[in-house]
Amino acid sequence: MDKSKDIQDYIEGHTPTNTIKRRNFIRLLGGGIYVFFHAGAALKLMAAEADQRRLPDDFNAFLRIHENGKVSCYTGKIEMGQGANTGLAMMLADELDVAYENVEMVMGDTDLCPWDMGTFGSLTTRMFGPSMLAAAAEARTVLLELAAEKLGTDVDNLDVKKGVVFNRQDQSEKITYAQLTNGQRIERVAKNESTVKDYSKYKIMGKPKFRADSLEKVTGKAKYSGDMRLPGMLYARLLRPPSHGAKLISVDTAEAEKVEGVQIVRDGDLVAALHKDPEMAEKARDLFRAKFEEADKPVSNDNLFDYLNERAPEGNVNINEGDLSKGEELATSVFNNEFHDGYVAHSPMEPHTAMAYFDGDKMTVWAGTQTPFPAQSNIARILGMEEDKVRVKPPYLGGGFGGKSDHGQAVEAAKLAKLTGKPIMVDWSREEEFFYDTFRPAAIVKINSGIDDAGKINFWDYHVYYAGDRGSETLYDVPHQKRTVYGRGWTAPGIHPFDTGAWRGPGNSTNTFARETQVDIMAAKAGIDPVEFRLKNLKDQRAIDVLEAVAEMADWKPGQSPSGRGFGVAIGSDAGTYVAHIAKVDVNKETGEVKVLKVWVAQEMGFCVNPQGATIQMEGCINMGLGYSLKEFIEFEGGKVKTKNFDTYEIPRFSWIPEMETKILQRNAPPQGGGEPAIVCMGAVIGNAIYDQTGARLLEMAMTPAKVIQALKNV
Amino acid sequence: MKAKIEFTLNGKDVSVELEESKKLLWVLRTHFNLTGTKYGCGEGYCGACTVLINNSATRSCATTIGEVAGKNVITIEGLAQGEKLHPVQQAFADHDALQCGYCTPGMIMNAVGLLNDQPKPSREDIILGMEDNLCRCGAHNRILDAIEAAANEMQNGK
Repeated sequence: MDKSKDIQDYIEGHTPTNTIKRRNFIRLLGGGIYVFFHAGAALKLMAAEADQRRLPDDFNAFLRIHENGKVSCYTGKIEMGQGANTGLAMMLADELDVAYENVEMVMGDTDLCPWDMGTFGSLTTRMFGPSMLAAAAEARTVLLELAAEKLGTDVDNLDVKKGVVFNRQDQSEKITYAQLTNGQRIERVAKNESTVKDYSKYKIMGKPKFRADSLEKVTGKAKYSGDMRLPGMLYARLLRPPSHGAKLISVDTAEAEKVEGVQIVRDGDLVAALHKDPEMAEKARDLFRAKFEEADKPVSNDNLFDYLNERAPEGNVNINEGDLSKGEELATSVFNNEFHDGYVAHSPMEPHTAMAYFDGDKMTVWAGTQTPFPAQSNIARILGMEEDKVRVKPPYLGGGFGGKSDHGQAVEAAKLAKLTGKPIMVDWSREEEFFYDTFRPAAIVKINSGIDDAGKINFWDYHVYYAGDRGSETLYDVPHQKRTVYGRGWTAPGIHPFDTGAWRGPGNSTNTFARETQVDIMAAKAGIDPVEFRLKNLKDQRAIDVLEAVAEMADWKPGQSPSGRGFGVAIGSDAGTYVAHIAKVDVNKETGEVKVLKVWVAQEMGFCVNPQGATIQMEGCINMGLGYSLKEFIEFEGGKVKTKNFDTYEIPRFSWIPEMETKILQRNAPPQGGGEPAIVCMGAVIGNAIYDQTGARLLEMAMTPAKVIQALKNV
Repeated sequence: MKAKIEFTLNGKDVSVELEESKKLLWVLRTHFNLTGTKYGCGEGYCGACTVLINNSATRSCATTIGEVAGKNVITIEGLAQGEKLHPVQQAFADHDALQCGYCTPGMIMNAVGLLNDQPKPSREDIILGMEDNLCRCGAHNRILDAIEAAANEMQNGK
């Protein structure tokens, strides 16, 4: 095996090849103060639920005060555009009282960072954040104790500003973190005994901070997986089946082998053309002559919801309060509706990409993935390697949205790298990205509910199929309610004709669309203004707060819907955060096109760490939500994915984007999730606004022009 | 058939011996190691691969290397003057007009091309000019604000 020095140099930080346990490795990092911590009991529970590898008992992240006073936090979380690198650095700087510029986040590298199950579910700030703050408080305590000793005073007399500890009585008595750390090697395990600051005391958090990586990204210097370069690297173009479930019967690569400089590799169903020139690799791959036997999957866009209804899995009742039949007796109006939601793609602008290199002993994989540690485990298992012989390093990710929790491309690259001993780039084409995406599942919600003469909701019988229960909370105060969830989460093996997975706020957009449309239908029937109707039925103060805030922002004019004005409202809750939306639309009754003119959002997410980052996430949610609400759906026939590129899959463009007004209600309570909540209301708020303007009610997303025209005919 | 193709790349005269049918996108990314120009869709729909050819915004995935013979190609790496960012780059950073950053080079190059053609665009002109550049993170309104600001800056700078 050729262990080129160039390559070894390139893999910077490459660990020695003998087995090194994590603790030992950290020992090699040198002096300073280390605080090891565990990112939350809740994470541990979730990992166990997801049948993930057991979390390490000792710690799964640590921070280090270097001997020069700089601070690093090593975490398995990754940055995919959501701004976690910025927000976490703010938190750490604030708790430790160091300059924000002196904090570095080391993220996702499986050799440098302790195990983490992945970056999803808006968990980084709300679950990881508090543990990191507690560890920082612990580190601060250690530093203050050291300072008290050096300055010959009591800890209580000391304060810290930008990494300088000083005596409050005599500010000339001071010492820096760098001086305190110099020559030290102190290790602590955070016991969560040090008290973190009160939210009102933070100076960096709570104030808008622009993202940390702009300069690299506007100059083209930021490196994504596809930008990695190793001497002798080859691009892989793989044989792909025509449809999901197709079995490879035979493949003839004779013509492909004639392409100059190509290397053909076959390992079972993995057949690849490798070439230093990606276009030549593609040319060779296109010369493969393969026969597949396709699976018969009797489902397409035409019969999707009948098909799903016929195959409904077992239901689990997870809320049952009061007595539905009693509620139904008391109701003066009863509403029974079925809501539909099609398959939707993640479509990050960067398709799944990975580069892998095997040096004969250790596998290094640069992969755009939300789950570097699970990728490490899978690669090790599939290739029969020890886990510590596999290193996964996520460079910048060109968007994830849940889709890059799946890391098939990293496994493919690693397999090919092991087979050839050469650096291999697997960079999926857009067509491959659409084919292998784990789509947001098509789903069904059925609601039977009723109100009394006063407009109070008195019963609510909720059934959700295939979407999971996230966001299915009733939210409203209903005495008789029951919720039944059919299927587990977002996968339903053997039913969907392809893989489905977590899509930004998984299940919640589906559930919120159904609930908030149903509530709007009831409000209209009761002849009550939709904001007033909601307030009348809410007891949850956080929901009331966001709804009142957004109504004020939009200068909501009460009235019965449909008013002809085109205003809709919806509320939701996700990842511990509450949101309320109002939208103004303009429906073209001739073409069925819906133009969203303005969206107002009020969001309450506990203590907001970075209002700038949170605002940008809200804006991104509004934008992305326009797509699934109005245009996006996968066209398919059995296991064949007919959607192949952006000519037919319409994601939001500049001309679609409404004016936006967002507001964050700051609250001194633990920070909650911010990457997903503001997307969940988009379907309902647009649908309700369409109704308000036209009286047409849409119960199925995406609300394409054809469906709008159809609904208008039913008015 | 390989041919010798000469052109100007980021201000320097360059020469390659390649088949003329090779796509500019891949030649930039592999031969010249200019990885700021991104693959997004390969068929000209998304704009992540946009570069300037003779000052016009062009999709490098839909342009062959043969087509750029004798022309002036500028990529995202060639936009700044030393340490000084181009006003459009600066405006993107100043407006936080990006998230994952993958579409950003293409957005910036397309915007520079747009401002080359229309130095005083209206908001509507900018929307139309940027319409076929896709962004999934949803930075659109900030991108429009950034381009407006850059246009003003470039006008005032003259």
